[in-house]
Amino acid sequence: MSDVKSARPLSPHLTIYRFRPTMAMSIVHRITGGALYVGTILLVWWLVAAASGPDAFATASAFFGSIIGQLILFGYTWALIHHMFGGIRHFAWDMGHAISKETSTKLALATIVASLAVTVLLWLGILIFG
Amino acid sequence: MSDFRTPLRRVRGLGPAGGTEHFWQQRLTAIANVFLITFFVILLLTLMNDSYEGVREAFANPFVGIAMGLVVISATIHMKLGMQVIIEDYVHGGAKLPLLILNTFFAIAVAAACLFAIVKMSFGV
Repeated sequence: MSDVKSARPLSPHLTIYRFRPTMAMSIVHRITGGALYVGTILLVWWLVAAASGPDAFATASAFFGSIIGQLILFGYTWALIHHMFGGIRHFAWDMGHAISKETSTKLALATIVASLAVTVLLWLGILIFG
Repeated sequence: MSDFRTPLRRVRGLGPAGGTEHFWQQRLTAIANVFLITFFVILLLTLMNDSYEGVREAFANPFVGIAMGLVVISATIHMKLGMQVIIEDYVHGGAKLPLLILNTFFAIAVAAACLFAIVKMSFGV
């Protein structure tokens, strides 16, 4: 029985499924996780520059203050918030909630809407009060 | 020659080492991150357009130093575990072990650099 070579598809087998919000949010959760991982290099740069002195800090600040730097920071804050909401969704599943087809689809859509809304509100807050 | 080992014996040890521990640490750091990353995002946005002196003043505050230290520790453990799962899912050949080692080295290097900078700024030197 255990010697039978199975032809069943192995993970990742994304192509055989119909595209669903839950599937999209699962992929986005992984992509944001990977992006946050790489982005820690920027956190290292900022912290070490600030610890090094005014010159190093000015270089880092110039980058983060540029259009590209601001876009990266906006994307990074969104990735953090989205990954966090995705994680809270995982906690709900871990405790046996929101597993039904309808609820999980609604929750997947709520995750992306909430993460975008919170990120935009935070940045608007900075632009207005910062 | 027939195999006298039971099916259970044949599969034992083939799975990931410390699966439950990995799962638990991932959740534990995730709970911590909900609070720590919320603090981090707010700090980041407040300091974003601040001067060098303003940033150093913020990091001279013990609360900011302690909280940022915890942010770095919890986040780097969490991201090391997460990237490990991604590598185990997609890489099956000879590159798997070197990548797993690099993943651990990267997470520790990020943690060491960030913690050094935070401690240095906390003591104001």
